[in-house]
Amino acid sequence: MTLTNKPLTKNIEIGRAPFNFAQYQAAGGYQSVARALTYKPRDLMKLVQDSGLGGRGGAGFNTGLKWSFIPEPDGGPRYLVVNADEMEPGTFKDRLLMEHDPHLLIEGMITASIALQATMAYIFLRGEYKEAEHALLQAIKEAYAAGVLGKNIQGSTFSLDMALHTSAGRYICGEETALINALEGKRANPRFKPPFPQVSGLWGRPTLVNNVETICNIPGIVTNGVEWFKGLGINGQFGTRISGVSGRVKKPGCWEMPVGTTFRTLFEDYAGGMQDGYQLKAFLPGGGSTDFLMPEHLDLPMIPGDVAKAGSRLGTSLIMVLDDKTCPVGCIHNLIKFFAHESCGWCTPCRDGLPWSEHMLVKLENGEGSLKDIEILKEMCGYMAPGNTFCALAPGAAEPLQSGLKYFHDEFVEHVNHGCKYKQH
Amino acid sequence: MSNLIASTAPKARQLTHEEIHDIEHEKTHYPYAQAVGLEALKIVQKYQGWVSDESLLAVAEYLKLPPDELEGVATFFNMIFRRPVGKHVILLCDSVACWMLGCDNLKAHISSKLGIDYGQTTADNQFTLIPVPCLGDCDKAPTMMVGDKTYRNLTPARIDAILAECKAHG
Ligand SMILES: Cc1cc2nc3c(=O)[nH]c(=O)nc-3n(C[C@H](O)[C@H](O)[C@H](O)COP(=O)(O)O)c2cc1C
Ligand code: SF4
Ligand code: FES
Repeated sequence: MTLTNKPLTKNIEIGRAPFNFAQYQAAGGYQSVARALTYKPRDLMKLVQDSGLGGRGGAGFNTGLKWSFIPEPDGGPRYLVVNADEMEPGTFKDRLLMEHDPHLLIEGMITASIALQATMAYIFLRGEYKEAEHALLQAIKEAYAAGVLGKNIQGSTFSLDMALHTSAGRYICGEETALINALEGKRANPRFKPPFPQVSGLWGRPTLVNNVETICNIPGIVTNGVEWFKGLGINGQFGTRISGVSGRVKKPGCWEMPVGTTFRTLFEDYAGGMQDGYQLKAFLPGGGSTDFLMPEHLDLPMIPGDVAKAGSRLGTSLIMVLDDKTCPVGCIHNLIKFFAHESCGWCTPCRDGLPWSEHMLVKLENGEGSLKDIEILKEMCGYMAPGNTFCALAPGAAEPLQSGLKYFHDEFVEHVNHGCKYKQH
Repeated sequence: MSNLIASTAPKARQLTHEEIHDIEHEKTHYPYAQAVGLEALKIVQKYQGWVSDESLLAVAEYLKLPPDELEGVATFFNMIFRRPVGKHVILLCDSVACWMLGCDNLKAHISSKLGIDYGQTTADNQFTLIPVPCLGDCDKAPTMMVGDKTYRNLTPARIDAILAECKAHG
């Protein structure tokens, strides 16, 4: 039997109900659980580390390495928390995975929990994701009934419980320490690090927070092995990931593809290029909190290091295209308004800097701005730079603004003199 | 002194059997009652439509949480409604992909059709309009939710049909 080259989406067929436990198992599912139970936990973490799997939540840190910082079990509770808060503007991949193949996530969570020796696994789900909520609740129920959750899983000494927590809005809940506060029933302000969650997370206990797609990679790696996983990537990369395109392209959507695929392949071959009558002006490579890239960057492979060299971040690898008939200042205004609204209010550059930036963008759009305002916007980006705020929300918010000021400087200046010339909005 | 002025401060109401049943179910998932606070507020909202002071105090009392801490949580999360809302809550995505595909026009269309702005409820208590950040369906922009349902690839005509259907089916 040849092994799949689409481990994340092989069971997904839009329009049909997701596989139930029996169908999922018949399609080769849940093999990783039995296999994981034969490993020493540290060896399992090492296996995931060796696969080169990087976190799919935005930062791309090696998952097995992140796991390895968890201390040895002391008999008390340990937690795995799946970050299913997906609120980064322009991001629509975790929704697909959860709605259409919930058992893949659950298998991944069980196998990850065996590696981490977790006693309880939570899914922190965005409240608006009602379809995912129903799919996951049903799948968890089936998994308990089949004996892959609960006491003494598959006759082993390993036991695990799992629960779904549904949230109620606020982008900041996706930041992993804010998420932990939210799960404890507190206001979702981020926590100071260190201590890192691996050492002191939920209720002060060892906790791992991982993105949905990250965990969905675990079953394949453990079942089919590191060499198979490495073989899935191209351009020196390992595995597959979900990338996609939104904006005025012919076929917006998201697809599983080899890690290392270029932006051009994604944009032209998968998404069909721009709609007739529109041209590509720029794109955000991985969500609203990444710096703009320009058409000349399309040939870059979607690899965190390569994208960083071009001055941006790969982020969630779902790209958003800005076309030539949409105002870049208006686009940035929309993003800054979002971040200003979602700031948790803890620190000044974010709480005050974002609304102030928004105010200036409104002035510019109304033709009431001055060149000085453009300078102040640049200054704001400096105040929100990494290291000046308590969490990564503000630096992320500054990314489209600072790169927009660089690439669209002339258009900003034109707004000073004439206001917005784009009429369709 | 205390009996000179009749207190108008809100008092905890009685939680219903359904509410208590659902809250008890949530409690089985967490080691501490505080962790159930938000879920309990959502349960109350599911049955009552919103979270009144009386409901908030009832949840606080039931879970033995300080009411002001629970209020802090309630007001942090924008999907907890601390004011009454209409029967159908319209969450219109106003984030960047939907903005590029014309959500401002849809907002204007809904506003003029229903006579309400963001944060307002129609006089007949049928609809409340609220903006929501990216609904994670950007490839099918523009999008919105009405109640628990997500609607995609919206046009003014589709919105008219959706609102009419909501009204017809109560
Ligand atoms: C403001 C903010 C919002 C975030 N939202 C999410 C989110 O919705 N989903 C997610 O997986 N990670 C999100 N992250 C990243 C998480 O903090 C964390 O890095 C991630 O969940 C780790 O998972 P991974 O190692 O599997 O990538 C967010 C970070 C910040 C600063
Ligand atoms: S950067 Fe913004 S979101 Fe993060 S802690 Fe500071 S105020 Fe809160
Ligand atoms: S921006 Fe509207 S669904 Fe993503």
